Amino acid sequence: MSLTDFLSMGGYAKYIWPVYGICAVVLFLNIALPIFRERKVIRELQKRLQSEESKT
Amino acid sequence: MSLYKKCHRWFHQFASPKYFYDISHIISKYAIVVCIICFIAGLYGGLILAPADYQQGDSFRIMYVHVPAAWMALFVYVVMAVAGGIGLIWHIKLAEIVARNSAPIGASFTFLALVSGAIWGKPMWGAYWVWDARLTSFLILFFLYLGYIALQSAFEDRRVAARAGAILALVGIVNIPIIHYSVEWWSTLHQGSIISQIDKPTVHMSMLIPLIFMVLAFKTFYVTSLLIRVRTEILEYESNTSWVKQLLRDYKNVTN
Repeated sequence: MSLTDFLSMGGYAKYIWPVYGICAVVLFLNIALPIFRERKVIRELQKRLQSEESKT
Repeated sequence: MSLYKKCHRWFHQFASPKYFYDISHIISKYAIVVCIICFIAGLYGGLILAPADYQQGDSFRIMYVHVPAAWMALFVYVVMAVAGGIGLIWHIKLAEIVARNSAPIGASFTFLALVSGAIWGKPMWGAYWVWDARLTSFLILFFLYLGYIALQSAFEDRRVAARAGAILALVGIVNIPIIHYSVEWWSTLHQGSIISQIDKPTVHMSMLIPLIFMVLAFKTFYVTSLLIRVRTEILEYESNTSWVKQLLRDYKNVTN
């Protein structure tokens, strides 16, 4: 099986690849956004803790 | 110590934020490895090894996204409703956090199932959308998720939001058996289940095994995404406790 055969998917390429593309985007966002948020929350809490501790 | 007492103690230990925070790092690390392996195996098997379907041609390969997404949409909803119920009855904070953070992942899976189904419907049925029982009940599931998410941001107090959300999720759980049996109860364009009988599935092994890998991949993906979200909310909620403060100092030492 050649690469063009694989990509053409027996004539269903325009249905199959968009599905896999949307799937990849949805899954990527569901990992990337939580990771960014976790880092952001840790940074903010660290900042808050630092300012609290510098006061006392 | 009796088994009941052991379970009881384990349950409370597991529900304690600090214990859960620590163990979630270990679980998510294994889950992501299993997830990646299953995705590679499932995609290789589904897109390359499995032969084209004798009726649907290559278009059946959409199944490897559609079916796991749809199953997980239902599974996550049940987790959300049960965790919400546990939070409602026993006031376990961790259960509320799990319920709340399951919602966006479940909504994503529902969206994915609806969109992949619509794209699959076009070449097979000649239409992206038909108002039949399976599709309509699944659309209602999507609206239930959106309603739950909207409810979470409608309340200032997160505990009130969790309680209101849990009631919505528990009422909406009646939709789950309707979705499952919709293809049997009503005449529908949607095909029936292909692996309802484990001993004699109506699908060939070369098509079934990649599907099992994809289901496992989606399941471990859910675990990973959920644990990152839950961890973050535990930190926010417990930010005034000494263990979180110590943790923040330790993280600082590592990053500097």
